[in-house]
Amino acid sequence: MISYFAKRLLEMIPTLLGITILSFLIIHLAPGKPTDVLTEMNPKITPEARERLEKYYGLDKPIYTQYGLWLKRVVKLDFGESFSTDRRPVIVKIWDTKQPLMERRLFITFVINALSMLLIFLIAIPIGVFSATHQGSFSDKVTTVTVFVGFATPGFWLALLLMMLFGIHLGWLPISGLKSMDYDTLSVFGKIWDRTEHLILPVFISSFGGLAGLSRFMRGSMLEVIRQDYITVARAKGLHENTVVYRHALRNALLPIITLLGLAVPGLIGGSVIFENIFGIPGMGQLFYMSVMTRDYPLVMGILTIGAFLTLLGNLLADIGYMLTDPRIRAK
Amino acid sequence: MIEEWFEYSGMAAARMKKILYLILVFLIIFGCRHKSPENGKQTVKDVSDEPAYGDALIAGSIGEPSILIPMLAGDSASHDVAGLIFNGLVKYDTDLSVIGDLAESWVISPDGLVITFHLRKGVRWFDGVEFTAEDIMFGYKTIINEKTPTAYQEDYLQVKKAEAPDPYTFRVTYRKPFAPALTSWGNLVVLPKHLLEGKDIAKTDFGRNPVGLGRYKLRTWTPGQDVILESNRDYFQGRPYIDRYIYKIIPDPATMFLELKAGGIDYMGLTPIQYTKQTDTGYFKENFQKFRYPVFAYTYMGFNLRHPFFQDKRVRQAIAYAIDKKEIVDVVLFGLGKPATGPYVPDTWPYNPRVRTYGYDLEKAKELLKEAGWKDTDGDGVLDKDGSPFMFTILTNMGNSLRMNTATIIQWKLAKIGIKVDIRVLEWSTFINEFIDKRRFQAVILGWSIGLDPDQYDIWHSSKTKEKEFNFVGYKNPEVDALLEKGRRTFDTEERKKAYFKIQEILAEELPYIFLYVPDATPIVHARFRGIKPSPIGISYNLYRWYVPKALQRHAAMEP
Repeated sequence: MISYFAKRLLEMIPTLLGITILSFLIIHLAPGKPTDVLTEMNPKITPEARERLEKYYGLDKPIYTQYGLWLKRVVKLDFGESFSTDRRPVIVKIWDTKQPLMERRLFITFVINALSMLLIFLIAIPIGVFSATHQGSFSDKVTTVTVFVGFATPGFWLALLLMMLFGIHLGWLPISGLKSMDYDTLSVFGKIWDRTEHLILPVFISSFGGLAGLSRFMRGSMLEVIRQDYITVARAKGLHENTVVYRHALRNALLPIITLLGLAVPGLIGGSVIFENIFGIPGMGQLFYMSVMTRDYPLVMGILTIGAFLTLLGNLLADIGYMLTDPRIRAK
Repeated sequence: MIEEWFEYSGMAAARMKKILYLILVFLIIFGCRHKSPENGKQTVKDVSDEPAYGDALIAGSIGEPSILIPMLAGDSASHDVAGLIFNGLVKYDTDLSVIGDLAESWVISPDGLVITFHLRKGVRWFDGVEFTAEDIMFGYKTIINEKTPTAYQEDYLQVKKAEAPDPYTFRVTYRKPFAPALTSWGNLVVLPKHLLEGKDIAKTDFGRNPVGLGRYKLRTWTPGQDVILESNRDYFQGRPYIDRYIYKIIPDPATMFLELKAGGIDYMGLTPIQYTKQTDTGYFKENFQKFRYPVFAYTYMGFNLRHPFFQDKRVRQAIAYAIDKKEIVDVVLFGLGKPATGPYVPDTWPYNPRVRTYGYDLEKAKELLKEAGWKDTDGDGVLDKDGSPFMFTILTNMGNSLRMNTATIIQWKLAKIGIKVDIRVLEWSTFINEFIDKRRFQAVILGWSIGLDPDQYDIWHSSKTKEKEFNFVGYKNPEVDALLEKGRRTFDTEERKKAYFKIQEILAEELPYIFLYVPDATPIVHARFRGIKPSPIGISYNLYRWYVPKALQRHAAMEP
C-alpha cells in the first residue's frame, strides 16, 4: 500500500513537468506580450522604450531560458511576481494574507464551489436514484426534463433573469458582489446573513447547470446495478423493496461517484469566469481570465500548475477511495 | 464541473418546445411586474440646493485598477483613481486651455526652450510634509530612469536640463521647442520624494498604498471588489463635499446596469441603447441625470496605402462617397455621436470645420471608380481591373460591437458600387501583433483616443511607418510632415491652429483614413448629486465640487 502510494506520487513528477512545459509553450506562443498593456496603441512609446520594458520583464531571453528560470523558482515553491503593472507576487494575488480570509480569491472560489458541489450531490443523487427506480414513469420524465433544462440554460442568461426578479422586481436579494456597502456597520449575525444573501444566487446558478450530469450518471449507474443477479436474489429472498434499493443497490451504485468526487477536486479552485463576472465575484476564474488576456505569464503558469497538481492529486485520491471501498480492486 | 463527464445525447424537439414555452411564461411574469426599489424618493429633483458635506458616490467600473502610481499605470481604471489622489503642475481647463494646478504660474522663454514653473506654497502631502520642487525633480528623475518600467518616458527625454533653484521654482530646458511639453507636467511626475527616495518604485507597496496630495485619499482597497477613497479635508482648493468616492468593480456591463437600477451604484457610463431606450422611463427620469458630450476619440476605416487597390486617391474618395456616416451614427450609435471629418473632435480649437466632406453619393462614387479604371467587364456585379476583382477584407477587433456593426454597414454600402467586402473579426492581441504590426491588412476599422494636445506626429509623420509604429497605413506626405514638425515646435496657439487646420484639409482630400465618427460619452449620475457642470472635457473634472443636499444624503458620515 505504502509503496503503491509512493510510486504513484513519483509518477506525478514527470506528468507535472510535461504539463508545465506544454502550458508554458502555449501561453508564450499566443500572440501578444505582457508589455502590451503599456505599449499597444500608445503613440508615446518608442522602440527603445519597448525594448527596455521587454528586458525589464526578461522577455528578451530565449524561451527555454525563461522556462528554466521559472522552473528554478517553482521547485522552491516560489511562483514569482505577476507581470501586471502592480508587480505583486503571484501567490499574493491568489491568497492575499493581508486581506481577511473571506476576501481571498482562492477562499471565495473554494466556498462557492464547495457549496454548489454539496448542493449538486445532495439533490442529484436522490434524483438519479428516484429516476432509476421509477424508470420510464411520468415523474422520471419530469425530473429528466427539469435537469436538462438546467443543463441547457445558459448560466449568464438565467443569472440575469434571476437578478432582475429577486434583485429589482422583488427586491429580496442583492444583485452582485460579496457583501453590502454598509457591511462594516453590521452586527456579527447581520454580517453572516449579508454574506449568505450574496451567495444564494451564485451558488444556485452554478449548481443548477451541474444537476443533469450527476443525476443522469447516478441514474445510469443505479439501473446497471438493479439489473444484476444479486439484486434479483435479494428480491427473491423477499426483502423489502427499500432494503433492496438503499442497502444493496445504492451502495454499489455509489462506487463510480467516488471517481467523480476525485475528479472534482481541481474544480474546487477553478472558478467559472462567466458566473464570477456576472455576479462581480472576485474569484479564481476572473483572475485566470484576466491573466490570460493580459498575457501575465507568471500568474497564468502559477494557476495552471496548482490546478494540474490538484488534478493529479484528485486522481490519486479517487483511486485510494476506490481501494478503500471496493474489495475487488484492493485485491489487485 | 460535473457536466464535463456527461455525455450529452441530444434532445427531442418536443422537449425543446416545452422549454421555450417555460421561458416565455418566465418572460411574461417579468415583463408585467415592475416595482420601484425606492419609495418616497419621488421628489429627489425638487429638494432645495444647499451644498453640504457628506454622503458617498459609488461609481461602477468594469476594470479594477492595477497600480495607483500614474507613471507606472497602463489601464484607464488605474489612471481614473490615481487622478483623484495625485495632481499635476498644470491641467486642462474646461475650454481646453492650460491652467495652473500645483503650479501657480509659469513662464515660457521667448525661444520656447525654457519653462519656469512657480509652485503653489503650502500644499501638503497626506502625511503633512510640504510639497516642493524637489518632489517634481524626484518624479522627473524617476520617470527618465532606465530601471523604471514606464511607458510615458518619451516626452521627458526631450528635456536637456531640469533644475529646482528654490523649493517653489522648477525650471526645465528643452533641446528644441516642444509644444506638448507644457502639459506633460501633469500628474505623471508628482511623487513624494521623502517617502520614495532610494527605493525601487516598481517594487514598493506605494502603488497600493499611495500617499498623494489630491482631492481624495485611499482608505481601503479590497481586490476585485472596491476601492474606497475618502475626501482630503486639507485639499488645497478646499475640502471636497462628498466624503467618500467608492470605485466599485463590476466586470459585467449588464449586471452594472441592474445595480444602477437597484440603487447599488450612483454613477456609470451608459451604452447607446441604455442611454436612448432603457433609461427612457419615468423611474430613471426622476432619479437620475444623464449627460452627453463628445469623447476625445474617433473611429475610422484605415487603408493599407501600400496595397495596389488603395494607392489611387480616387478610389479612396469613391469609397468615402459610398459611406453614409450619418447613417452609421444613427444606426450604430443611436445618434449618440457626430460624423467625423478629421482626426479632431468637433468644437475644439484644433478642429477645422471647413474641410472637404463627402456626402453620400453613389453616382459620384461610381464615376470616380470608373475614372480610376475599375469596370465590371465580366458582368458578375463586382468591379475589376486588369483581371483582378475589387474584393478586400476589413479587419476589426473582437468584443467591439460598434465596430462590427459599422463594418457590416460599410460592406452593404460598398456592394452597391460593385466592391465586395469581407469582414474578419480578430482577438485583440492577434489583430495587433499579427496583422497591424506586420502590415498584413487591406483595410481596418479601429479607433484612436486622442490626447487633449493636438500633436499627432506619431500617427501621420512619414518617419513613423516602421514595424510597431503608429503610421501603419503607410501615409507619406512631405507637406504634412513639415506641418506636423511646425505644429509641435511652437507654443503660439494661433500658429499651431493654422498648421493643424491645413493638415486636416490635406487629410480630407487624400483620405488615408475615412474618418467615421466621434462617439459621445453618456454617463448617468444619481439625481441627488448637484453641482455637476458638463463641459467639453466631461463632467468629472470638478468632482470635488459635487455635493448632495443634506436632506438627500444616503450614506452615513464616517469617522475620519
